[in-house]
Amino acid sequence: MSGSIQDTFFEECEELLEAMDEGLTAVEGGDHDPEIVNAVFRAVHSIKGGAGAFGLDELVGFAHKFETVFDEVRSNKVQLDTKLIQLLLRCSDHLADLVAVARDGGSTDEEHHDTLIAGLEEYLDEEEEELTFEPMGLGGPAAPPPLAIESEKNYTIRFQPLKEMFGTGNEPFFLFQALSELGDLKVVLDESELPGFDSMDMAESYLAWDLELTSSEPQSRVEAVFEFVEGLCELSIASDKDDEEEAAALEALNAAFGADAGPLGSGLPEVTPPAAAPAEAPETDTSGPFEAPAPAEEVKVAEAEPVEQAEAASPEAAKKEQRGPKPTLRVELERVDRLINAVGELIINHSMLAQQIANLNAGDMRDVETELEGFKNLARDIQEGVMAIRAQPVKPLFQRMARIVREASSATEKQAKLINEGENTEVDKTVIERLSDPLTHILRNAVDHGLEKPEDREAAGKSRVGEIRLSASHRSGSVCIEIKDDGAGINRPKVKQIAIEKGLIPENAELTDSEIDNLLFLPGFSTAKEVSNLSGRGVGMDVVKNAVTGLGGRISITSTPGKGSTFTIILPLTLAVMDGMVVSVGGQTMVVPITSIVETMRGSDDMINSLGADGTLLSIRGNFVPICDVAGALGLMKPDDQPPGVYLLVETETGQRSALAVDDIHDQRQVVIKSLDGVCGNIPGVAAATILGDGKIAMILDPESIISAGGTAGFDTERRMSNAIAS
Amino acid sequence: MKTKVLAIDDSRTIRNLLAATLEEAGFEYHCAVDGREGVDMYAGVAPDVVITDINMPNLDGFGVIEELRGTDINSKVPILVLTTESAPEMKARARDAGATGWITKPFDDQSLIFALKRVTGAVA
Repeated sequence: MSGSIQDTFFEECEELLEAMDEGLTAVEGGDHDPEIVNAVFRAVHSIKGGAGAFGLDELVGFAHKFETVFDEVRSNKVQLDTKLIQLLLRCSDHLADLVAVARDGGSTDEEHHDTLIAGLEEYLDEEEEELTFEPMGLGGPAAPPPLAIESEKNYTIRFQPLKEMFGTGNEPFFLFQALSELGDLKVVLDESELPGFDSMDMAESYLAWDLELTSSEPQSRVEAVFEFVEGLCELSIASDKDDEEEAAALEALNAAFGADAGPLGSGLPEVTPPAAAPAEAPETDTSGPFEAPAPAEEVKVAEAEPVEQAEAASPEAAKKEQRGPKPTLRVELERVDRLINAVGELIINHSMLAQQIANLNAGDMRDVETELEGFKNLARDIQEGVMAIRAQPVKPLFQRMARIVREASSATEKQAKLINEGENTEVDKTVIERLSDPLTHILRNAVDHGLEKPEDREAAGKSRVGEIRLSASHRSGSVCIEIKDDGAGINRPKVKQIAIEKGLIPENAELTDSEIDNLLFLPGFSTAKEVSNLSGRGVGMDVVKNAVTGLGGRISITSTPGKGSTFTIILPLTLAVMDGMVVSVGGQTMVVPITSIVETMRGSDDMINSLGADGTLLSIRGNFVPICDVAGALGLMKPDDQPPGVYLLVETETGQRSALAVDDIHDQRQVVIKSLDGVCGNIPGVAAATILGDGKIAMILDPESIISAGGTAGFDTERRMSNAIAS
Repeated sequence: MKTKVLAIDDSRTIRNLLAATLEEAGFEYHCAVDGREGVDMYAGVAPDVVITDINMPNLDGFGVIEELRGTDINSKVPILVLTTESAPEMKARARDAGATGWITKPFDDQSLIFALKRVTGAVA
């Protein structure tokens, strides 16, 4: 039972940490709206509360300090300056670490922990520091342990409620019932103060009770019954036995109550009646009426009419009311995925049905076709709806990146600030999950290699603080993620030299700027002379590229010396369905993603220009574009001497255009992507497979890798590079 | 008749813990995720006792107590405050608003049940 609740706790922690990060980032950005500060406070507070329930002491301790500082901010006792914001940001990172440690085991850097605690304590009064998390009242587990006194005692209890008690929902009868569970109880009602019926005031309290309790329980247990009504009644508890042990327990109890006004035990003094008490300023009295029956508090209770107060306060409270968040539903991911699969099958089923009907030759089929079209549209609606369930804003991912940049800049002694844009752009959940590592790596690189040291930046006339812009946007059926830094840009001569040294390109290679920039993505490339502890973790940009292409995406880089570099990642909106163009290549049916096709055209001989032995160019409106023979690139047999009839003009992320030569175009339709992973591994040029309407399997092509795999000899850098490696 | 508890807490963890503890002890459990929802649910649930957190969005615990005890709802049922806060002035504020009692988080099952019995007379 508690296991699953603990899971809930960690799940909730993730959400709370996100909310906290979001709030802190807003605060860092200069938004000191009290509601944001409140939200952060509540997030930390909830983490503390939950952690306490599971005895996660380290987490509780840290969260408490963190929260207390935030409380000071909230009540304007502490000013939010840059230093404090930086501290709070580091603390939020550490809190996330502590949560992770509590969940997954391991340990955190103790020194770091202590530094942060010390940092937080600078903002706390000494008085606040003493406020530990130990519960003070009897309600908590730290209530004085029952003493091992087995002997029976006779308690004499006098209980007389003040009228205020009745406004708090406390009911004498239930108290007696609780008492009777401790032992043998005799209750005698004292109604001697009850006035005549005519002069009775309904709001007044006239009754008192004399109770005789025989119990082996210690006095602390008896007192605990009256915990909630302390200060709301006149109470005396006396017992016929008193031993040292009990006196000690009493002392502990008094300490817990913070009551130095007098012992609560056998000699409990009669509380001064309200009317007779001098009207001391109740505000200055910090002793709690729930715990210590201090006379001054009595006065406060008596003077302030609870009901009126409630009335006065409620309109204000109503004003504070805000519209709640939109109602949400939490669903297991697996259920959604099942639905997505079913929708995929539905789409396949639709195309099969369409094909069957087309094969019928049954005269006028217009009605059927209309309905079929409706079916198709509905299927698409359902598919988009289901995809929307899986879609999530990139915000949490982007927020985590702020931390990466913070850590990277402190490790490299650089100053960097991350600006997030388009955080609400929604992307498939899996894409978001698998994007985390590549983004982390690119950002570390941006700080480590992209941004200059503060001195150098100043010398170059830039602000000391480097700026990294992380943005997400939708771009024609794809998601575009850009990481742009304002650093020094790529040092092209150096990159080229390294590539030559490592044998990645021939010494005499003539490369365009963009080709040089994209050398960074080659396996085994690393510009750092010495492996820095930050980005040089044996992971190169090639891994980033693989991760992105694994998601069906593309990555490219552009750079301007002195101005900075921009990484652009283009990802498909979903990983399950896409729009494809069905073509035939070398006698086989294949699918090319629509998103990569710029234009299609039928070729004629006069458009084709030979270039050397194995190169051909397609002339389009005065421009020449290299032709890539898809069948050749895939190693398929070409029908003899039949020139490819159709060209698909595609554009790679680096802006290179190529014309993919295919035999024919059949159709444009939505296809369900079936991964080939685990079936036949990675085939160059093939991204995945799909099932067509006739039940046949068709490969989904990856134009970019087809272009690099061959076909456009003499025009492609990577081909030359791979040749160089091979030789 | 089971004793009906309305718990108001913005932490899912705490709600789940309360649900487990209270249902096991034989209470009928209802919950709300913030103060506003708690107050709105009050009439429909008609609980025998309310347990509320203090730090919550959309109406905090003090607001909850004030509204429940206010003339519109005029609730007479016990209201227990369940919170990590333990500052005396907070307790004073809650009591002035009409809270019945104060339980400090983290709570243990026994003291919670004990407190509930004391204020409702529930035989769980």
